[in-house]
Amino acid sequence: MLARAANNLYWMSRHIERAENTARMLDVTYRMSLLPYRVLEAGQEWADPWALPLVITGRATEYYERYAEITPNNVLHFMVIDAANPSSIYSCIQSARENARSVRGAITSEMYEDLNELWLNIRKVDYPHVESRGVSEFFDWVKLQSHQFRGVTFGTMLRDEGYQFIRLGTFIERADNTARIVDVKYHTLLPSAADVGGAVDYYQWSALLRSVSAFDAYRKVYRDVITPMKVAELLILRDDVPRSLHA
Amino acid sequence: MNLPANPALTTPRWFNEMYDDAGVPREHYATYANWLDAKPADFMRQKQTEADTLYARQGITFAVYGDDTGVERSIPFDIIPRILRPGAWKKLSDGCCQRVRALNAFLQDIYRGQDIIKAGIIPAQQVLGNSLYRPEMQGFSVPAGVYIHIAGIDLVKVGRDTFYVLEDNLRTPSGVSYMLENRKMMMRLFPELFSRLPVAPIDHYADVLLDNLRAVAPPGISNPTVAVLTPGAYNSAYFEHAFLAQQMGVELVEGPDLFVADNFVYMRTTHGPQRVDVIYRRVDDDFLDPLAFRADSIVGVPGLFGAYRAGRVTLANAIGTGVADDKSTYIYVPDMVRFYLGEEPILQNVPTYQLGKPDDLNYVLAHLPELVVKEVQGSGGYGMLVGPAASVAEIATYKARILANPAIFIAQPTLALSTCPTFVQSGIAPRHVDLRPYVLSGKTVSLVPGGLTRVALREGSLVVNSSQGGGTKDTWVLEE
Repeated sequence: MLARAANNLYWMSRHIERAENTARMLDVTYRMSLLPYRVLEAGQEWADPWALPLVITGRATEYYERYAEITPNNVLHFMVIDAANPSSIYSCIQSARENARSVRGAITSEMYEDLNELWLNIRKVDYPHVESRGVSEFFDWVKLQSHQFRGVTFGTMLRDEGYQFIRLGTFIERADNTARIVDVKYHTLLPSAADVGGAVDYYQWSALLRSVSAFDAYRKVYRDVITPMKVAELLILRDDVPRSLHA
Repeated sequence: MNLPANPALTTPRWFNEMYDDAGVPREHYATYANWLDAKPADFMRQKQTEADTLYARQGITFAVYGDDTGVERSIPFDIIPRILRPGAWKKLSDGCCQRVRALNAFLQDIYRGQDIIKAGIIPAQQVLGNSLYRPEMQGFSVPAGVYIHIAGIDLVKVGRDTFYVLEDNLRTPSGVSYMLENRKMMMRLFPELFSRLPVAPIDHYADVLLDNLRAVAPPGISNPTVAVLTPGAYNSAYFEHAFLAQQMGVELVEGPDLFVADNFVYMRTTHGPQRVDVIYRRVDDDFLDPLAFRADSIVGVPGLFGAYRAGRVTLANAIGTGVADDKSTYIYVPDMVRFYLGEEPILQNVPTYQLGKPDDLNYVLAHLPELVVKEVQGSGGYGMLVGPAASVAEIATYKARILANPAIFIAQPTLALSTCPTFVQSGIAPRHVDLRPYVLSGKTVSLVPGGLTRVALREGSLVVNSSQGGGTKDTWVLEE
């Protein structure tokens, strides 16, 4: 196949995967922000859960250029529908669809139609819409769209090189995302070392597991309380966890 | 839905293809008209909405140049088919093939011996002084002698059996993807109609195209590789380029995907360079090769023309076909048919005034409100004057443009274009239509039974171009 087409397919699937991961990350942030254990002390603004998505995606600098302070609404706006942010869900879907359009011939019509419809739908979304629909519900919808596209790909596409490049894009993006999430949680989540092992720590690790759909898997595999070592093992080393680095 | 009761449908001024002057459906439309009569009004509206949604989702789009509001738009599709009588189709089909054979012979001639000029049938200036004539092609024999692999012949109907050729499109005619998608859509929306009427299939278009393209590969290649060359995803007809590549099962390439080494053309693939033998190019002559033509082209392939002249790759269509579809060359096509084929033209030209001729110019200037005036090298309906629809001020402005350089204009009488019932906001009303069948050459000269019917959606408008608010219809040729 054309080298350019391989490149487009790779980035198409990376962007869809990124949209899904961003939705997961924002969803878990949203849930964390509802917990009563938020710690906010002067000089500890990184402990604000709403700063996390910016750190994980490496977009904090751009964020501060355009928004004065970290508020849930600002961060959601920036990460969901801000077309100027290349990591926003909107931009990811746009890029995925642009890539697909450049290689319409290399994917099935079902795949293109699915992605194009997703693009037409996300274009109709504005922030009040996300709010009125319910933030979590909106993220579930994004995740579902990504699942659906993966399913359409799996169910319709010839198992050729193009398919391999699509899988490659998905897995690289997923591994990248999981690594970022684990890394950020490890270094920046807790306001102080004294909190390690505390209740805040527990809720944050479990939120992290949920963000990569691994909470139930953790319970099944370990049948034990949540400890950072085991979370790390699960998300880094186990090859039977679909969103682990190893897988 | 009682259609004939609507007097607008049967107005006798224009030839209505579905109903006669008494409001009775014509014979070949009777089955359809009865079916339509029995349908409630909401049914058609619901089907129209369904079609629009499907087109948007499938991304069947085109871009309008100079319009910044949206990069892509769906072309309006009308759900009422245009039906042609089998007898009428036979004549059209023969006429189009004849015309393409003559035009191909003309190109072969002017780029080699120029017999038609020596015979005094066409002035040398008309050919050699034309900016679309490519001196680079002089003396070069194209593979299999085929210049016009794909032609789009624009036809208008002005009476029961009277078709005129409006223009020939011999460079990179577009629209065939709509012809094919429209049929798919109609079969999806109204499957029962296809069991009631013997509609001739057109789905094999891509197969015929591929077969012809493979037949014109450079000699000695047993299993030629074909590719479609597109300017890229931002071109107005990108959907069609991708569609045709997909239908033929060949690669859709952009200029940077190709390179030339030792006069062979290769595409860059994940397995290294792969040779390309035939390129169905949807890039204009000027932009094909920055080394041979416009140096600022970023969509071309450096060295492509060299490979072409060396006979290592076939381009479809050939370079330099524009000289034959130029509107000032158009008037000579009937003479070409007689000169090269020794036959009488089956299809007639529209009477045409050349404004470079003083007599014609004087006549046209005196009759502007009745005439259609176009630029000789324009296309897409841009920059034309439709006299009967123009205001006094518009006519005055256009007159000034003509006087500045009369030779670049031609004029034709305003034709009484036929109408077809069309689904519009207010319900079903007659709208003017034209027809573009696609003639394929290579192995043989042939066309699939049908074409793209374009419809002027604005009431009273005679301009069917998609860039000017036109839509499309499925075209049904009934089998005998």
